Amino acid sequence: MSARNRELLGLIPASLLVTAGFAAVFIQQGSEQLSNVSLTYGAIFLGLCVAAHVFLRIALPYADPYLFPLVAVLASFGLVVIYRIDDTLARQQAQWFVVGLGLFVATIVFLRDYRKLEQYRYLIAAASLALLCLPRVPGIGAQVNGAYLGVRIPGVFVFQPTEFAKIGIVVFLASYLRDTRQLLVAGARRIVGITLPPLKHFGPLLVIWGVAMLLLVVIRDLGSSLMFFGAFLAVLYVATSRVSFVVVGLALFGLGAWYLGTHVPHVTDRVDVWMDPLNADRYPNVGYQIANSLFAQADGGLLGRGFGEAFLVLPGGGPLLPAPQTDLIYAVIVNELGLVGAVAVLTTYLLFVQRGFKIALLARDSFSTLLAVGLSAVFALQVFVIVGGVTNVIPLTGVTLPFISYGGSSLLANFVLLALLLLVSDRARREAETAR
Amino acid sequence: MSQPIMRLFATIVLLFAILAIWTSRWSVLDAKDLRENALNKRPLLAQLHVKRGAIKAGDGSLLARSVRGPGGTYRRAYPAGSLFSHPVGHAVIALNQLAGIERYRNDELSGQGDDELGSLADQLQGKRQQGDTVVTTLDPDAQRIATDQLAATGSPGAVVALDPRTGAVLVMASSPGYDPNDLGEPGVFRELNGSGSGAPLLDRATQSSYAPGSTFKVITAAAAIDSGKYTPDSVIDGSSPKVISGVPMRNDLGESFGPITLTTAMTSSVNTVFGQIGEALGKETMADYMRRFGFYRRPPLDYPDDELVASGERLNGKLLPVTSDAVDVGRMAIGQDKLAVTPMQMAMVVAAVANGGKLMAPHLAERIVDPDGRTVDRIDPRLASTPISADTAQQVNLMMRTVVESGTGTAVALPGIEVAGKTGTAEIGVTGANLTQPSFVAFAPADDPRIAIAVTVERSQGGFGGTVAAPIARAVLESLLS
Repeated sequence: MSARNRELLGLIPASLLVTAGFAAVFIQQGSEQLSNVSLTYGAIFLGLCVAAHVFLRIALPYADPYLFPLVAVLASFGLVVIYRIDDTLARQQAQWFVVGLGLFVATIVFLRDYRKLEQYRYLIAAASLALLCLPRVPGIGAQVNGAYLGVRIPGVFVFQPTEFAKIGIVVFLASYLRDTRQLLVAGARRIVGITLPPLKHFGPLLVIWGVAMLLLVVIRDLGSSLMFFGAFLAVLYVATSRVSFVVVGLALFGLGAWYLGTHVPHVTDRVDVWMDPLNADRYPNVGYQIANSLFAQADGGLLGRGFGEAFLVLPGGGPLLPAPQTDLIYAVIVNELGLVGAVAVLTTYLLFVQRGFKIALLARDSFSTLLAVGLSAVFALQVFVIVGGVTNVIPLTGVTLPFISYGGSSLLANFVLLALLLLVSDRARREAETAR
Repeated sequence: MSQPIMRLFATIVLLFAILAIWTSRWSVLDAKDLRENALNKRPLLAQLHVKRGAIKAGDGSLLARSVRGPGGTYRRAYPAGSLFSHPVGHAVIALNQLAGIERYRNDELSGQGDDELGSLADQLQGKRQQGDTVVTTLDPDAQRIATDQLAATGSPGAVVALDPRTGAVLVMASSPGYDPNDLGEPGVFRELNGSGSGAPLLDRATQSSYAPGSTFKVITAAAAIDSGKYTPDSVIDGSSPKVISGVPMRNDLGESFGPITLTTAMTSSVNTVFGQIGEALGKETMADYMRRFGFYRRPPLDYPDDELVASGERLNGKLLPVTSDAVDVGRMAIGQDKLAVTPMQMAMVVAAVANGGKLMAPHLAERIVDPDGRTVDRIDPRLASTPISADTAQQVNLMMRTVVESGTGTAVALPGIEVAGKTGTAEIGVTGANLTQPSFVAFAPADDPRIAIAVTVERSQGGFGGTVAAPIARAVLESLLS
């Protein structure tokens, strides 16, 4: 069976999921026009996906056949969960989904030769850093829970620059390390038992670390920093095969995180809450979110309460689970679908990441490999940071669950990420095919 | 570059495994602890979404029901207002406040009594958790009369009426009461618990202990006859004063009776006679009979444990054994000394006498009915103890009839129905203040008792059991027997 036919078949579970999911929520809400609307939603969604699929058939016939259906599954599932939380948000998210597909198509059309990006790597790096600093600019920056992650565009929405910056930074790293990876390894020498690269080439990387640390201070968000720095280390490791670089990098990050965790009050709070999430003194303020995240998960148990059955608001109208459609959407999933549903979601993400690494292995040139590794790693780390935060593996910070959380920026950026992965995979598999 | 990629992927798989493990930790492994955590509001919210079963009176009228609130929640409504505030109690789920039947029968009312399998089956069928209805033995008319009459005295007090044959509680009134419909309003609980409120949340029928005064002579008489040491015709010197336990004891108004029978002593409530009997029987015997009647234990009522108080001698709030040196058995025999007895306990005593010496366990619930209308549980009459023989009971019965016919309790006499009773008037406050605590116990019809009743009025300016408490008993008996 050809790759594209497999992709088409893969869309069937996605459309079934969205239809069944909406039906379940409708039943729970006791709605009258059950059959019509849920089928309409399912049909529209399927129609959009099939249109995207037809486009891929023409534009990228060799691209990986599983990535797009996996994204369709995640996005449709996200729509259902958001619909269950707030139907207005779900309509907006559906619109973002359409815009996201448009951007997806545009990326593929205009970046057919994605290697052109290498020429602009410093511009891309500078633009990404500028994006990250934007939330601190007075007047347009938006502070949420002490972290600077949003830019308010009046009347439109709050733009999350980190979502796009992560792609730009990965593009830069892949391009930079393609050039310098040999030099980093060849010039390395052992100092007190640790292999260190020559300062001349390591210098720029130290600058990256410094910038990451600075960003940590600027945006004050441990999770985003972990995501960026983790992606950096992942690409560096694949480029150089040196574990010691990763160890040194992690140590440096640990140092920075420790400083932040003890000196910036907003980060200190998060760390305190992380150490003791059920502390009664902190519960009414800083501990409320994580404690209720854990309570929601406990309420879900193995099989969950079922779609629409979880408590999200207090009788008085206050939030029982704050930010259920964004930061804590994973807690809602565990609450309603249980451990089983949550593990299914994690598995879907893991399959996506696995396809990303597969593309990296197939790619013929270093830039493509490193780009695929970087994009997959930053995607995986984003999932780890938010799910890890919600389950208290690490301090909770505000990043989105890709393709599931409500949010235009997140959806658009991740569609660009998907487009880039498909572009890399199309090229790699095309070359493999013609070389045979 | 393929090996580092494989290793990197392995690392990510490991990270995701950690996420799965942590998720299972909260959702399954530690879930029980989290659900029971005091900070967790979810169990409370779940309760708010449960349609609790109704509570009904014996005649089927609604005493408590659940009405829809905002967002699929329910709140409790009490159609009779404050009338049943004590027996029914209240359920203010949002404040986690439960009392009375609402608390004792919470599992049934909230539908938690079902077995796990049944509730899983319900969940799969999409049925919402719904509670069972509790049908009580309470009589609304008599409850209203008792409450109104108590209120009319202007003093706190309590009335308990039982069916001596079954133990069914027909009236359980305590004054002052409170309107359970208001409890959800902010600050109401604090107000009701505050000083100067008159403690309306206190159920005086089961939680307040009083000096029973001469009503206790029923127990002394029962012990005297059942022990075989006396008969109703035994002649005892009723002079006043008489030295009992080394201190002179007087009859009411200092009246001296000379040698009289036990029956006459009962009719005229002669203190010195019963004081001598108490001394003659001794502490062991008195202790034995008090225990048989249920003293020194919480009444076996289907009501929350901490809303029930055991009766007996009390010193500094603690129960004191009758055999203690601190007990003056002669004065205990006339209902004084350190006796602290609940109206419920006194009702049980007369119910046992009325029922031929058999004490039936009092109960408020008659049956439990599920949402489909099926009776899932029926509270059958249960023998609690047999404090005295049928013969003794019959003799005490006859003695108590003379109290109403010609003694201190004539105010309870009902046309066409013979009533047996006993008055009590304990002096409270400083000597000479003329403050009394009138009480009255009775059962009727005397030859085939269907109702046993105990009335206590907490404070009266010079009133007697026969003048203040007996008329209340009369009104309630009249309602229940008509």
